[in-house]
Amino acid sequence: MATTGGHTIKAFDDDLDRLRALISEMGGLAEHNIRESMRCLVERDLEGAKNVVEEDRKLDALEIETERRAVRLIALRAPMAGDLRDVVAALKISSVVERIGDYAKNIAKRVPLLTDIGNVEPLSVMPEMARIATEMVHDVLTAFVERDAESALRVIERDRKVDDFYNSIFRTLLTYMMENPHNITQSTHLLFVAKNVERVGDHATNIAEMVYYAATGDYLGDRPKGSDAIEADAR
Amino acid sequence: MNSRAPTRWTDGSMERLVAKRYAAERRFKFFGLAAVSLSMAFLAFLLITMAWKGAGGFTRTEVKLSVDFPRSDLILDPAALKGPESAKAIGAAGLDIMLEQAAVAQFGQGGGELLGGASVRTLGERLIEDPDLLTRRVDLWLPASSKADVAGKGDGDPAIEALLAKTDHRRRLNPTFLTSSDATDASVVGIWGALKGTFLTILVTMLLAFPIGVLSALYLEEFAPRNRWTDLIEVSINNLAAVPSIIFGLLGLAVFLNFMDLPRSAPLVGGLTLALMTMPVIVIAGRNAITSVPPSIRDAALAVGASKMQVVFHHVLPLALPGILTGTIIGMARALGETAPLLMIGMRAFIASPPGSITEPATVLPVQIFLWSDEVDRGFVEKTSAAIIVLLIFMLLMNGLAIYLRNRFEQRW
Amino acid sequence: MNDKTNLTPNPAPSTAIAAAAAKDQRETMGGPVVPEPETKADSMGVHATVFNDPDPSGSIDQDRTPKMTARDIHVFYGDKEALKGVDIDIHDDKVTAFIGPSGCGKSTFLRCLNRMNDTIPAARVTGTIELDGENINSARMDVVQLRARVGMVFQKPNPFPKSIYENVAYGPRIHGLAQGKTELDEIVEKSLRRAGLWDEAKDRLDESGTALSGGQQQRLCIARAIAVDPEVILMDEPCSALDPIATAKIEELIHELRGRYAITIVTHNMQQAARVSQRTAFFHLGEMVEYGKTSEIFTNPREQRTQDYITGRYG
Repeated sequence: MATTGGHTIKAFDDDLDRLRALISEMGGLAEHNIRESMRCLVERDLEGAKNVVEEDRKLDALEIETERRAVRLIALRAPMAGDLRDVVAALKISSVVERIGDYAKNIAKRVPLLTDIGNVEPLSVMPEMARIATEMVHDVLTAFVERDAESALRVIERDRKVDDFYNSIFRTLLTYMMENPHNITQSTHLLFVAKNVERVGDHATNIAEMVYYAATGDYLGDRPKGSDAIEADAR
Repeated sequence: MNSRAPTRWTDGSMERLVAKRYAAERRFKFFGLAAVSLSMAFLAFLLITMAWKGAGGFTRTEVKLSVDFPRSDLILDPAALKGPESAKAIGAAGLDIMLEQAAVAQFGQGGGELLGGASVRTLGERLIEDPDLLTRRVDLWLPASSKADVAGKGDGDPAIEALLAKTDHRRRLNPTFLTSSDATDASVVGIWGALKGTFLTILVTMLLAFPIGVLSALYLEEFAPRNRWTDLIEVSINNLAAVPSIIFGLLGLAVFLNFMDLPRSAPLVGGLTLALMTMPVIVIAGRNAITSVPPSIRDAALAVGASKMQVVFHHVLPLALPGILTGTIIGMARALGETAPLLMIGMRAFIASPPGSITEPATVLPVQIFLWSDEVDRGFVEKTSAAIIVLLIFMLLMNGLAIYLRNRFEQRW
Repeated sequence: MNDKTNLTPNPAPSTAIAAAAAKDQRETMGGPVVPEPETKADSMGVHATVFNDPDPSGSIDQDRTPKMTARDIHVFYGDKEALKGVDIDIHDDKVTAFIGPSGCGKSTFLRCLNRMNDTIPAARVTGTIELDGENINSARMDVVQLRARVGMVFQKPNPFPKSIYENVAYGPRIHGLAQGKTELDEIVEKSLRRAGLWDEAKDRLDESGTALSGGQQQRLCIARAIAVDPEVILMDEPCSALDPIATAKIEELIHELRGRYAITIVTHNMQQAARVSQRTAFFHLGEMVEYGKTSEIFTNPREQRTQDYITGRYG
């Protein structure tokens, strides 16, 4: 439900706006970290990777700040209806974004271990996968700030692409590992990196569900998932 | 607003303004106090003057007279004094002549002036009390005549004063003032007749005006519809309260005496007339009191399922009662002091005995005071003031009763 | 406004239950008086057990006959229309709250339920109100008895300026509910106990009711209403004149009284409505905008006006 006009108590509006701003800030930082970590991976930038690990701390602090503000808002303003859903959503989204940031950190930590990997195919497609995932994060957080349920729904659809990317990388890396046992270590790391990016996409869809609930008060049903490799193999 | 300089509260000009305000307050307080003091001074003057003038009315001069009964010309059979015919016997005995003779014998020529009707009456009472006196020569303290009484109080004829100075005389409380009724002789005159008449008249007034007034107020406020007619009634009642009282007298004359042929001069008619006068006051005060009962009490009673009548009589009336009683006090005070309308309906006659019921002729205190103030006899002057004192006390008692009742019923809401 | 998101709650219902729920919702979109289909939330696996609603299955509303019903109620004060067609059901095991801004007609509507508007000469009420199926405005219904069956507690505590005992005993006495003093004493004690005032008042029954504190006075008024054995209790902002502790006591009292009487409470305080009621109706400018389960109204109201009022975006 769209909102008409601000609260009679202006400070309430300010509090909500600041909460949303914090979410945006966290999102921007997380996106940046994912892109950075991906870039460092491709360019073998060790310094950059170390920075990403450092930056993650900022994200943790922001999450604490968001939680603090949300709790304070609930205590002081007793939000109802749409406002209440917004605040609860903000609380949940902040922890999800923090985890997204953790994935970026995780990727960055693996950069030193993958410096001497060759220009393998999975590595070349991974930036594209990461781009889609970070775009999903960006769009879903924009949808949150603007309370746009439709936009959130569209984000969910894009997860299929990320999943498809992951599935193909998975199969490729399996082939590499089967071909040459020497590749196993690096392939495994790469696999984990791909998994992290895929998780980012999943988290973005989680956020999309929260945004949908906050905006409309309704819950999404079981959403159609992309087929994943496990199901495919089981069939 | 933002560009204004901050107020400098301690500036000289501000201080002067403040001082002016305080000065105005002090002036107001002074004038208020002066007004109250002036009123109190007038009141005190009235009371003191009345008390001064009227105190004498409660006392009488008594003269010591020696009477030799056996030697006198009195024709009185002691046996007759014991029976039911004693008053008649006294009346036929010629006490006044005997007394005059005794006085002349004792005080010389003009001694008869010292004794009067009161003396005769008192002697008669003493003889009935103690017929034995007839056999002896006794010294009796008898109340003096009106002239001597006035002289004894320093206001009379110098000759009489001189005469009185030669006698043995004293001042005592005058019981007849409070027990006997109007008379021509100032020494035997009393206030009781008028007092009883006032009491009966007020009784009739209250018994009529209070219930009718209160019920009318209740009906007009609670049950009557709000339309042009009720507005008209309200205006009429308000105007009635301001009508000069003598017009009510004319009304009483025309309706109660001429048309309904009720007994003239009776407390019944006086009470009816005064009731007509008092009712509007009660209705107005009653309506105000009823309106001031908060609607929350009415709502509370209605919400419990009380009917309209129950709300009015169980809740509104008890809470309005203090206000109604205040109105009653005001109305009653006015009625007590009314002279003009009662004069119109004939309560000005000379009533020598107190009324036995509300249909017998009577007079009221204000009328009695008016009549006495017209008398020539100097003795009536102090009696008039004394009667005024009695009236004031009577009014104080009645008001006290009403205030007591009002405080009893006062409830906090 | 709200149509766009409510018409398609599920972008692609993949389960049969969800599809049925969606259809259900589309069918019932319409007047705000029809209770929302409870099954929708259930199919998602969510139970509305918050806000102390004891019937998560939600079927109770449809099955039980309501204690009081109001249909198409209009109230005119002279030419001014204060209530514009209100329809509502009051159930006897629920607390129903009326919320809305000042002057929206909620108190006016409350007063229709026990015909207190009859005492205002300029007021004119049209429509049907029924208590247990009987029209309360019909000639057969005695208004004095109606007001005993449908009691009322007012915003400002208004005990009679009599003793505590007399306050409570007055109602039973005029309705002849007690034969003899012992029975009357019993009624007084029972009512004061139920109102949570017995312990504080049992030694002071002869003292004036107005000597009590504000919260105690309000409980005395509740005891007074209870003493005539009502079926419905109407409360018009009962706590607005009270401090928070007294308010909490009254709310607890309402909770205890819930099973015994149908309670309808008008309140300005939305948190109070949320705490105390199971059904809430939102009034605005003489209309009843939305009526539903309290939990739904305060987490996900259907009407934009309700949302605006509840979140404080009003005025």
